[in-house]
Amino acid sequence: MYKARSNLLNTAAMHGALILYMIIALFPVFVILINSFKTRRAIFSEPLALPNAETFSWIGYETVAQQGDFFLYFQNSMIVTVGSLFFILLFGAMAAYALSEYRFRGNLLLGLYMALGIMIPIRIGTVAILEMMVATGLVNSLWALILVYTAQGLPLAVFILSEFMHQVSKDLKDAGRIDGLSEYTIFFRLVLPLVRPALATVAVFNMIPIWNDLWFPLILTPSEEVKTLTLGSQVFIGQYVTNWNAVLAALSMAILPVLILYIIFSRQLIRGITSGAVK
Amino acid sequence: MTAMTLEAINKSFGKVQVLHDISLEVDEGEFVVFVGPSGCGKSTLLRVIAGLEDASSGDIHIAGEKVNLTPPSKRGIAMVFQSYALYPHLNVRGNMTLALKQEKQPKAVLDERVAKACQMLDLEDYLDRYPSELSGGQRQRVAIGRAIVRQPKLFLFDEPLSNLDAALRVNTRIEIANLHKALDTSMIYVTHDQTEAMTLADKIVVMKDGRVEQIGSPMELYNNPANKFVAGFLGSPAMNFLPGALVGDANHHTVGVRPENLFLSDTGVIEATVHLVEELGGDTNVVAMAGDQPVTVRLFGQHPFEQGQPLQLGFNAEQAFYFDGDGQRVT
Repeated sequence: MYKARSNLLNTAAMHGALILYMIIALFPVFVILINSFKTRRAIFSEPLALPNAETFSWIGYETVAQQGDFFLYFQNSMIVTVGSLFFILLFGAMAAYALSEYRFRGNLLLGLYMALGIMIPIRIGTVAILEMMVATGLVNSLWALILVYTAQGLPLAVFILSEFMHQVSKDLKDAGRIDGLSEYTIFFRLVLPLVRPALATVAVFNMIPIWNDLWFPLILTPSEEVKTLTLGSQVFIGQYVTNWNAVLAALSMAILPVLILYIIFSRQLIRGITSGAVK
Repeated sequence: MTAMTLEAINKSFGKVQVLHDISLEVDEGEFVVFVGPSGCGKSTLLRVIAGLEDASSGDIHIAGEKVNLTPPSKRGIAMVFQSYALYPHLNVRGNMTLALKQEKQPKAVLDERVAKACQMLDLEDYLDRYPSELSGGQRQRVAIGRAIVRQPKLFLFDEPLSNLDAALRVNTRIEIANLHKALDTSMIYVTHDQTEAMTLADKIVVMKDGRVEQIGSPMELYNNPANKFVAGFLGSPAMNFLPGALVGDANHHTVGVRPENLFLSDTGVIEATVHLVEELGGDTNVVAMAGDQPVTVRLFGQHPFEQGQPLQLGFNAEQAFYFDGDGQRVT
């Protein structure tokens, strides 16, 4: 009896804490969302009020729709994010597999060298990167961003994935070798499905910073046809006047695609934790 | 004809040498067991034979062919792993046929071999199940089935029973013995369990620290061990090693007596007190202390002993083994 009640208390306390945290985390998003549906005057007079019949307005979304090509910006952001994630996961997993599976001279050093990238921010190299992009003629193309983000994401991806690759049963890979599978088949068919939760984790870790990044688009892809969503939204933020309606509307819309991507990956994350290969 | 020959195999990982100059022959249809404590290199040796590791030096011949550089899948071997290593994304049928599909065998061959293996291993009802839906024993049978369908010249087993519980282990052990009779193919089996080695093997290879200590049939090794290590490793409970002085034999450094060869006797040379009694019903194992020296005695039947009770133990000199200071047998 006592035990049951204390469990109830525990559960309540736990859920209380979680709910509190959720409210804190979601509050800014909530404020952005409600204010994106209000008139400019209402945003400033009562920022926390819900939009009512008097203050409700589509003006922000209308401005966004009229000014600039936001659908194109969306598309650009999407291409860059998905493209970068694809390359990060592909090359990260391959490098991690090589590091964890094969014994070769300098294995450990190479692993440390790759991990070094986690500690050194890629932005330090911005000038050099810009020079390289100019030299290769990649400035103002989405490839410039994809390449930079892939480089930015690889160190952590290799680090996390090689830990998980170590855990994949050695016997399973050997069984594949004895059955005549190629190293590529072993990697893609046996190992990758088993580290799917780790892949999802890496994807989620990398997705948000890439989607939200302003720095590299500003420097590498400033021209209109390759602008990303974050850069596109900047037109509404002026030195003297900021069109808050439009900014908030643009940000609200920017949440959606990344939310969808997140849901896809987190599903994978949960589904990935099922296997019966080894005891 | 020999199924497999090893000639002077050495294997090093960096500066650490794990296999020292190992030479061995496995005859057609022979069941060979590599046995030794963990870390003795027996699994590494098996992996060298399978081609999963390259030997640093030495030659490997399987069915008369030198296979030093042949990839595992082309060596005519099949391997069963301790952790089963079933492909999680394939059902039982898929697991068993993958290797044959890689060899581009026609479907008729696939079906026939799977049917035969399933009948041998009682797996007919599970063909469409996935590994996650099988119990440990069933998974190991699938793993064995996966090896059988390849019809290899040589089976390799890497501690296949270690993950099973005691009862299942005995059953699967019998199953493997029957399988060997039915298939009449050479098998190499790695284990650290001397009971498995004694019951299954035609020939036991006792290994320690990367070296072969002795090769022979189970009874040869049991009755005629070359050194103290082999004598102590085979047989359960393990052989007693008594200082020569303790048994009144100053000529020999160490005298080895198996627990079953000790008996209670009023004229016995060993005086000891009962320390621990293990009553197994059929047998009674008594651990007695002769001074600081523990002595294990295996007595047939049931004997009510009490702790601290004095015992006088004797043995026949012709049933004892004599070793020098380096642990080598002295005859």
